[in-house]
Amino acid sequence: METHTGLVAMHMSDGIVNAPTSLLFGLVAVLGLAVCVARARRDLDDRTAPMAGLVAAFVFAVQMLNFPVLPGVSGHLLGGALCAILVGPYVGALCVSIVLLLQALLFADGGLSALGTNITNMALLGTFVGYGVAVAMRRIATRSRGGLVVTAFVAAWVNTVVASLGFVVQYAIGGEGLALGTVFGLMTGFHALIGIGEGLITALTVGAVAAVRPDLVYLTRTAAPSLQIKTPGVRSS
Amino acid sequence: MAAGHAHPLYRAGDSAVHRLPAHVKIVVAFVFVLAVVATPREAFAVFGCHLLLLAGVWVVARIPPGWLATRALIEAPFVVLAVLLPFFAAGPRVEWWGMSLSVDGLLAGWNILVKGTLGVLVSVTLAATTPLRDLVSGLSRLRVPAMVCVIATLMLRYLEVIVAEARRMRLARVSRGHDPRFVWQLGATVRSVGALFLRSYERGERVHLAMLSRGYTGTMPAFTTAPASTATWSVALLPAAAAVVCAASGYWVR
Repeated sequence: METHTGLVAMHMSDGIVNAPTSLLFGLVAVLGLAVCVARARRDLDDRTAPMAGLVAAFVFAVQMLNFPVLPGVSGHLLGGALCAILVGPYVGALCVSIVLLLQALLFADGGLSALGTNITNMALLGTFVGYGVAVAMRRIATRSRGGLVVTAFVAAWVNTVVASLGFVVQYAIGGEGLALGTVFGLMTGFHALIGIGEGLITALTVGAVAAVRPDLVYLTRTAAPSLQIKTPGVRSS
Repeated sequence: MAAGHAHPLYRAGDSAVHRLPAHVKIVVAFVFVLAVVATPREAFAVFGCHLLLLAGVWVVARIPPGWLATRALIEAPFVVLAVLLPFFAAGPRVEWWGMSLSVDGLLAGWNILVKGTLGVLVSVTLAATTPLRDLVSGLSRLRVPAMVCVIATLMLRYLEVIVAEARRMRLARVSRGHDPRFVWQLGATVRSVGALFLRSYERGERVHLAMLSRGYTGTMPAFTTAPASTATWSVALLPAAAAVVCAASGYWVR
């Protein structure tokens, strides 16, 4: 088990979808991120942005950590649902997008023309749908730590499968070669399996955080009003 | 912590490409890649032109081809996809060495292989000639919101700290006899991911307070770099413009 520094690409490369589709989803990504930046200000202002920077560094570092699956086979976390549950969907999507942007610019991981499609799938679609699932299950999540762990598992699984469905849609619009049914079967099949791993790791990580600092779990933060009381000037978050 | 100024793909140098402002290089790289992606897949010669244009940039930037080739290996998983396509795609088929291959699949596989490879080479070239700090100030010059730039700067500055922290935690686990092989042995690794999140977040809180106590008001100093002159733009855009012309020629040559 070695921590590797991006030996193989994890994100879509150039040339999988055509130029108009790349541009279209580039536009979708820019618009989506503009909304995220505007709404993230509700959760953190310019002065607290440093905290989001450290969360983004955490996502980047966690993607380098390998988990055992079988002897000789290991996987790693993508972290969209994890981020959404821990820091909220807007800051979460922003952090994952920044990680994807810098991976493309500095590590050649993910094509520059595929940046829009990658951000749309993993940062926007995956994070928001995953968070939507988590919100729908909030009643279970706030009941007990076990409920929160189950919620995190389902959210992360849905996040992974929805991100792969995003790819299928983009391939249907601007990809060539394979029949759509084949792409759909392969992508959703693989990601339903990958999603189990993502779900397990996300669930256990959220559980570990909730055990120590339940006030840091964004999803259930409103459930603990006693923690919301702050004396002004002590901490401005 | 001072090591945050270099990244694994950066190649220190003082060539004309290294000296170009980062925002110019980012725009050129994006235009070039889009031109490559827009090239019709049957226009085989045009992809050769793209490669020649890139090679010209490498000569100016003094990047040896061997160095580039090893860094471009990151693309390997997509080569597997490209190799599989001829076997699984539909449409008319050709016989080749006793194998039945789809014509459309062969072309689609070639399309992904050539565009993916050229794309990775462009990305590696950009990364090789642009230091970290310039990259973020380049993004800032391209009107990326200040909040995104602040998050990106702090992420890059603390990435090595967090990665080193993860490495120390792994070392601590391994030295206590931790050797996970199966998915049901995830527990300890996952608990350290939770701990890593807490340590990162709490480090963020400390960094934030330290910045506030040093007079941080919400904007990072020295984000803005000088704008590039028209002459710089026109010289830098030459390879990208040539790639666009090549791609366009592909449509009526084929």
